[in-house]
Amino acid sequence: MIKIRDLNKTYFGATPLHVLKGICMDVDEGEFIAIMGASGSGKSTLLNILGILDSYDSGEYWLGGVLIRNLSETKAAVLRNRKIGFVFQSFNLIAFKNAMENVALPLYYKGVGRKKRNMLAMEYLDKMGLKSHADHLPNELSGGQKQRVAIARALITQPQMILADEPTGALDSVTSGEMIRLLREINAANGITMLLVTHEQAVAEATDRIIHIRDGVIGGD
Amino acid sequence: MFDAIKEIISTIKENKLRTILTGFAVAWGIFMLIVLLASGNGFRNGVMANFSSRAVNAVSVYPGSMSMPYKGLPAGRNIRFDFRDFNMVRDKIPEVAYLSASMGTNLTVSYGEEYVSLRANGGTSDLAHINNIKIEEGMGRFINRIDDQLRRKVMVIHPDHRKILFKDGNPVGKYLTAGNTVFQVIGVYSESQHFNSNNPPAYIPLSTAQTLYNRGYGFRNLEFTVQGLTTFEENEAFNTKLRERFGQLHGFDPADRSALYISNSAQQSIRTQNMFGIINVFLVIVGLASLMAGIVGVSNIMVITVKERTREIGIRKAIGASPAAILRLVILESVFVTTCAGYAGIVLGVGLTELAGYLLSQSGGEKGETSIFLNPTVDVSAVFLTTLLLIVCGTVAGLVPALKAVRVKPIEAMRAE
Repeated sequence: MIKIRDLNKTYFGATPLHVLKGICMDVDEGEFIAIMGASGSGKSTLLNILGILDSYDSGEYWLGGVLIRNLSETKAAVLRNRKIGFVFQSFNLIAFKNAMENVALPLYYKGVGRKKRNMLAMEYLDKMGLKSHADHLPNELSGGQKQRVAIARALITQPQMILADEPTGALDSVTSGEMIRLLREINAANGITMLLVTHEQAVAEATDRIIHIRDGVIGGD
Repeated sequence: MFDAIKEIISTIKENKLRTILTGFAVAWGIFMLIVLLASGNGFRNGVMANFSSRAVNAVSVYPGSMSMPYKGLPAGRNIRFDFRDFNMVRDKIPEVAYLSASMGTNLTVSYGEEYVSLRANGGTSDLAHINNIKIEEGMGRFINRIDDQLRRKVMVIHPDHRKILFKDGNPVGKYLTAGNTVFQVIGVYSESQHFNSNNPPAYIPLSTAQTLYNRGYGFRNLEFTVQGLTTFEENEAFNTKLRERFGQLHGFDPADRSALYISNSAQQSIRTQNMFGIINVFLVIVGLASLMAGIVGVSNIMVITVKERTREIGIRKAIGASPAAILRLVILESVFVTTCAGYAGIVLGVGLTELAGYLLSQSGGEKGETSIFLNPTVDVSAVFLTTLLLIVCGTVAGLVPALKAVRVKPIEAMRAE
C-alpha cells in the first residue's frame, strides 16, 4: 500500500532545516497505525508528504503502486481526491457551508452531479449518526460532531487511506474514545488504511501498530 | 456551471457589504461610460439634425462678380446663371444626381379673409430630394415634372401657412390669391427636421416663377446633390472642377473666388463628423478610465477575499480541488460581480438616457424647435460591446488574485488561524 524508501525533506529557510532524514517504512492495506513523535520530530511533515500536500527532496514514495514524485498540481489534486481522505485536528470544515455541503464537497471536485452528491452525503452523515444535523453550520456543532462530519467528508470518495492529523487533539477524553472507536469500526468494516498522527499515548495504544519518529528518522516500530 | 454559480453566491453572501460596495464602483463606471457615450451621441445627433434640412451631399452654387480681369474681360463684371448653366451641370458633370435651379420671390398670399407674407421658392421636382422636403401624411404632393413643363400655378406650403390661412381645414386643391395671380395648393410639407427659420418658404415650379417674376428666364442659383464623393479631398477636387467648368462658360478665372460661391454640405458634414469623432474618442477614454477605477476596485477586493479565504482554499485543495478549479472559483466570482454590477450600471445608464431622450423629444416636438441634444442614447451594439468588455474586465480583475489563490499551500493555509 505505502512503500517509502530513504525519504529526505529539508525546509530551506533562514537556516536550512533537515526535517526528514531518510525515512523507510511500509504500510499494508487495511492497517491501523499511529505515528508518534515529539513536536518538531517531523511527523507532520511526513503526514503532508503522505497526503501529497507537500513534496520531498530525495527518496521514493509509492502509493498503491504509483510513484509519487514531481506530480503536477492537477494530478496531485486528483490523487488526493480519489485515494486519500483527510481528518484534521482543527476539523477544517468550511464555515459557510452546512454539514451536508461540507461532506459533499470532495464529490463536487470529483465531478459528481449535485443530486447524487447530496444523497451520498446524507448517507454518510447517517452512518456518522448526524443525519438530523445535516443542515447545521459547523459553528452549530460540537467538537465531536464536527470531527464526525470531517470523517464523513474523508470517507465519501471511498479512499484507500485516511490520514488523520491529531484527530482527537481538540476533543475531550470521552469524545476522543468515541472517535477512535469510530475510526476502528470504519477500518474494520471497509478495510481502509488508517494513519493517525498523535502524541496521546492512549490514542496510540488503541491502534495496531505505532511508528515513532525521532529527529527525522524512524525510532521505533 | 450551475454548481459553480451556487458556490459563488454562497461566498458572496458571506461578504455582502463589501461585494456591494465594489459592485457599485463597477456599476458607476459603466453608468458613466454609457451616459458619456449617450451625451456624445445626443450632441452629435442634435447638431447633425440641424444639417439635415439639406441632404448631406448637397451643393449650392451661387454666381458672384469677377474680382480679377480674365482674358480681356474686366474685373467687376456680374455673373448670371441661365439655362446654359443648368444644362452644363446636368450634362457635363457626371457626379450630379438631383439638380434644381432656384429663385425666390416675396409674395403676399390670401385665402378668404386671411393673408400671409411668404417667400416663394421656384424649383424643380428634384428640390424635394436636395432639400429633404417631405410631404405631410395625406397632405397632397410636391411639385412634379408636369407642373414645371406646363408652368402650372401650383404651390406647396408650410404648416405655418396652412394654420394661418386654413386653420384646421384641408388646404389641398384650394386656391390662393397672390396679387393678380391665383395659385392652387397641391401639398403641405412636413416641418419636422426642417428650417429653424421664422419665415419658412413655400415652393412653386421653377418655370412658373421664371415666367411670372423673372421675365421668363434665368434664376438665382443652382442646387444639386452629388454621388460618390466621400472624403473631404474628393469634395475639394470636385469644387475645383466646378469652378473650371463655370469659368469656361462665363469667362472667369477658376481661381477667382468671388466669381462663384460654392456651398458644399458634404464638406461641412465631414468636418463636423470628424470633430464629433474626436469628442467621442475623448468621452470613451474618460468613461473607460472611470470603469477602470471600478475594475481595480474589484481586483483589490478579490485580493483581500483570497487572503481571507486562504484557509478555505487550502481545505478545498486538500480534498481534491485542482488548480484550475481554484482559478475558476476566483475568476468566476470576479466576472460574476463585475457583470452583475455592470449590468445594473447598463440598465441605469440606458434607462436615464432613454428617459432624457423621451423628455427631449416631448418638449422638442411641441415647439418644433431643434435642440442641440437629440436622442441622446446608445445603440444595442454598444450595449453588447460593453457586456463583452465587462466579462473581459472581470477576468482581468480576477486573474491576479486567482493566481495568488492557486499558489496557496494547503498545509500552511490550514494551519493559519
